[in-house]
Amino acid sequence: MADTSHGTGGLTFDKTKRSWPNEMNILLALIIIIVIFEILGQVLPYMKGQSFLFDTKDRFDSIFNEARLQIIILQVAIIGIIALGVTQVIITAGIDLSSGPLVAATAMIAMSFAQTELVNGNPNPKAIFGTWAMDLPVVVPVVIGLAFGAMIGAINGTFVAYFRIPPFIATLGMFLVCRGIALWWSEGRPVSFPTEQFAFIGSGMMPVVWFLSLAVIFHVILRYTVYGKHTYAIGSNEEAARMSGINVKRHKVLVYMLASMLAAFAGIVLSAKASTAQAGMGEFYELFAIAMAVIGGISLTGGRGSIIGTVLGAMVIGVIRSGFTYVKLDGSYQLMAMGGIIVAAVILDQWRQQRAAAQS
Amino acid sequence: MTSETDTSNTGQAAPQPDAASGEIVLKTEDLTKHYGGVHALEGANFELHKGEHVAIMGDNGAGKSTFVRQITGVEQRTRGKVWLYGEEVNFAGPLDAREAGIETVFQTLALADDLDVPDNLFLGREMTKLDWLGPFRFLDYKGMRQATIDGLNKTAVKIPNIRNTIRYMSGGQRQCVAIARTATFHSKLTIMDEPTAALGVQETAQVENIISTLKAAGEPLILISHNMRQVMDLVDRIVVFRRGRMVANLRKEETDGQDVVAYITGAKTGAEFEGAA
Ligand SMILES: Nc1ncnc2c1ncn2[C@@H]1O[C@H](COP(=O)(O)OP(=O)(O)O)[C@@H](O)[C@H]1O
Ligand SMILES: [Mg+2]
Repeated sequence: MADTSHGTGGLTFDKTKRSWPNEMNILLALIIIIVIFEILGQVLPYMKGQSFLFDTKDRFDSIFNEARLQIIILQVAIIGIIALGVTQVIITAGIDLSSGPLVAATAMIAMSFAQTELVNGNPNPKAIFGTWAMDLPVVVPVVIGLAFGAMIGAINGTFVAYFRIPPFIATLGMFLVCRGIALWWSEGRPVSFPTEQFAFIGSGMMPVVWFLSLAVIFHVILRYTVYGKHTYAIGSNEEAARMSGINVKRHKVLVYMLASMLAAFAGIVLSAKASTAQAGMGEFYELFAIAMAVIGGISLTGGRGSIIGTVLGAMVIGVIRSGFTYVKLDGSYQLMAMGGIIVAAVILDQWRQQRAAAQS
Repeated sequence: MTSETDTSNTGQAAPQPDAASGEIVLKTEDLTKHYGGVHALEGANFELHKGEHVAIMGDNGAGKSTFVRQITGVEQRTRGKVWLYGEEVNFAGPLDAREAGIETVFQTLALADDLDVPDNLFLGREMTKLDWLGPFRFLDYKGMRQATIDGLNKTAVKIPNIRNTIRYMSGGQRQCVAIARTATFHSKLTIMDEPTAALGVQETAQVENIISTLKAAGEPLILISHNMRQVMDLVDRIVVFRRGRMVANLRKEETDGQDVVAYITGAKTGAEFEGAA
């Protein structure tokens, strides 16, 4: 039913008349950025007419430069997993700064239960526990890591919801606590040599598989379930949500728990990919995760944002990173460009909202 | 049922015949609220009968909203009793009141701007599928949309597209969304606190239309309003508050605008309320 008119009131729910989705703008921006790099590849003299995204080696079976596509998404997949969680937190008008250090702390803890007893016939030089903790089934480190994340998230959520600590402060405190836990866990020494099963979690394109599957799952959850609806309602008007019978406090704890479990999972994938865990891992991850959500069109005042937007935001960051490497500009330029794009995204979004308000 | 029809309390010589014999929907006795030293509401004895529409009038600060907040559990009363359909009630919060069938349109609307019309109507009481999934149970969007359309059609409310977020809707449309909850959920008692105070002429007419529809459907209503024409058009009875006290209880046929204004300003006080104000 495309266009149905109801009764004297003339009520409609015409799908085609729904407002232009915000995600389309981000997709458009993504395409524009790709085109810019494509043009740079043609005009910059030292690029010798290379293509950014298309296959120039004239193979029959491919149009795109698949290697580049894979790298674009692989390098944002792990932070992208965190971004899926922080998206939900921001929709409730909260924020989570603790995810980067939580990645490190979880990596250390999970890896300690994922070690092999023997490395090339010799005892594991990085062993944390005795042989009882060696060569455990892969579910053990994963479950321990996720449980640790759930606990951290429950504490964040409890402070925010029940003790009314501003989310920025509560999670800033947890940011320091988690970094401390990561350093304390093995007194700063790295934890290494995981089982093959554990290393498989982060091998090859597995981080991308996790990121995209979790994105689909949380897209469905946010859009089609009661949990999702209440998450938006709380961020949109907390008082109205409470008056409507939503248990706002309990819901917030659940949101922070899910966000921290996703960050913990990112820590598991990262340590599996690196085959080692170090206390300094995940630096600035929390900020890049927030940046993905912001580029994806989320509103920091709550109520607005989507998983699709955040995935596109992650892709924008991935494309910029790859693009700068491709035109041979180093990391310092990347950071400056990224900073500009984050601010530009917010300015564009505000402009769009003002226009929408003026039109109605 | 403990509902004796104690008409001497409300003091009218000749109460409406249907109201007198009808069931009492809401009754308050000595309902009182003090905010520290402020006696915002003092000893209100109020009755509402089945199918009846009653207006509460009074100057700003007379205690009208305070009265509503004590009935609906938004605040805890200082003193007094409340009965709903003969059963004594003391709601711990607005939700309890809503579950008991009291639908309130508060002066400050409780709507979520980023959600669309069905989402707002069903917020906190969604139609769902796969309930075993707990908090992750799925929303029955189709069912809620249909129920919303049915509810809005019943009230002849015009909203361009129910699937847009309500952020950019006009005051009147938002008010209609809030009121449409009542029509959608068949409440036992509807309370509206100044529903047209911020609305234009056309929007006001639309809200009044809904109120007439509720009247025709026999759904009882308490309407707080400053609009004399509106009150005279819509309700059966007018209760006047002044400085926290009920000072008049007037059947519409037996009063007129001037008379009501006299009570509101304090030029007159109902015989049975002498000594009250
Ligand atoms: N929370 C509160 N604390 C102190 N005084 C209050 C509070 N709410 C209302 N009042 C006072 O109670 C009186 C009645 O207010 P209200 O019921 O809102 O009047 P109205 O009839 O205009 O709805 C006013 O004098 C108001 O200032
Ligand atoms: Mg008021």
